[in-house]
Amino acid sequence: MSTWRTAWLIAKKDLRIERRSRIITNQVVPFAGVTMIIFGFALDANTDVLELVAPGLVWLATMFSLLLLVQRTFSLESEDGALDAMRVAGVDARAIFLGKAIGLTVQLLALEVLLLFAAVILYGETIRLDGAVLLVTTLLSATCGLAAVGTLYGGLAVGNSGRETLLPLLTLPAVAPVLIGATRAVESALGTGVAELSDGWQWVSLLTVFAVAFGVGGSLAFGPLIDE
Amino acid sequence: MIVLRDVVATLGQFPALSGATMSVDRGDIVLLRGPNGAGKTTLLRLCAGLVPVVRGTARVLGFDLSTDRERVRPHVGLLGHQNGLYADLTVEENVRFWGATVGATETEIIAAMDRMDVAGRLASMSVAKLSAGQKRRAALAGLVARRAEIWLLDEPHAGLDQRGRDELDSTLRQAAGSGATILVASHELDRTESLATRIVDVVAGQVVPPGDVEAETNRT
Repeated sequence: MSTWRTAWLIAKKDLRIERRSRIITNQVVPFAGVTMIIFGFALDANTDVLELVAPGLVWLATMFSLLLLVQRTFSLESEDGALDAMRVAGVDARAIFLGKAIGLTVQLLALEVLLLFAAVILYGETIRLDGAVLLVTTLLSATCGLAAVGTLYGGLAVGNSGRETLLPLLTLPAVAPVLIGATRAVESALGTGVAELSDGWQWVSLLTVFAVAFGVGGSLAFGPLIDE
Repeated sequence: MIVLRDVVATLGQFPALSGATMSVDRGDIVLLRGPNGAGKTTLLRLCAGLVPVVRGTARVLGFDLSTDRERVRPHVGLLGHQNGLYADLTVEENVRFWGATVGATETEIIAAMDRMDVAGRLASMSVAKLSAGQKRRAALAGLVARRAEIWLLDEPHAGLDQRGRDELDSTLRQAAGSGATILVASHELDRTESLATRIVDVVAGQVVPPGDVEAETNRT
């Protein structure tokens, strides 16, 4: 089977499990929502400030939720030895990486859309029609990067006894460029503060380079990482 | 099917196998017996291409494990203490997933479930709701669906009740009769000796060449 077909098979399996277990809808989405509300409390529910920092808060909530999603997606593989079984079965490690990353991308995208709506409702953010293309492109490129980093470090941490604490330690510094780039690009798309629409595209370029670098690098490094 | 000659393997700096020699033919059910830490699990993992050969010759299905470990893996199935199943999927979805990794046909997947007796009502049950024995059978159906010719089973009876053990033994005999080659590492000698067609002692990383069950039993 080709790498991409196997990757799609793994992604479909992950999404089917998530649809059935409802861990995302019952746990991750509420967690992200509570995070957004707590940010509001921390900033004294000051609408002007919240509107200004809303893009950053959306991405921070996304990143915290990413940690939960990565823990979840790799616990599926480790709780009954399925990841080991895939390696024994000779399943291409690149396909495992890509499949897990695709599954994460779909879940993250759905979550980000909900978080944007939460920003509109809670922080009074407005979504401009003329920034829609930039917004969608930013979501896609940033999410691919986040999913690639999450999958890479999730695979590294999965066999480690301290994975719950190791994963945030590895992941959060690595996704800092995405946090910065995606926040700036979304600010441009939404017209937050003095941000101009045209400024956003250079950040999208950075996000795309990041996603490609971690996507290619991750797929090559994933096999040795999960092998003994 | 499996030929090992003076194989040395290490786990980190620890010598796990030190001169293992054995051969296994198609359709054999070979019991690997020995104390804890003797090297039984390492031997299974070496045959699965998961542990590198440091010295000696090891061939599985004609592939040299020193150079072709990756090519051996699709042909072997290793079942340890875990089953490699997804609890939130049904038995059928699990078997289909494992079959799909090698491009198994619909007929092959149905045949695998029939052969391991997990078709019908059991097929649509969530794995989380199965007994330990049913999970083992579902995992074995996954091995069949992905066309594993060599089954490497580490303590396969662990956690099973009497009925589950009987079902597993019957399943393994059937599989061997259909051409599968099975290596079983087990502490439960009474049970496994009656199942095995050959017995191999593993002691301190050394392998005693296999003989027939009667000869081995008389010897000990």
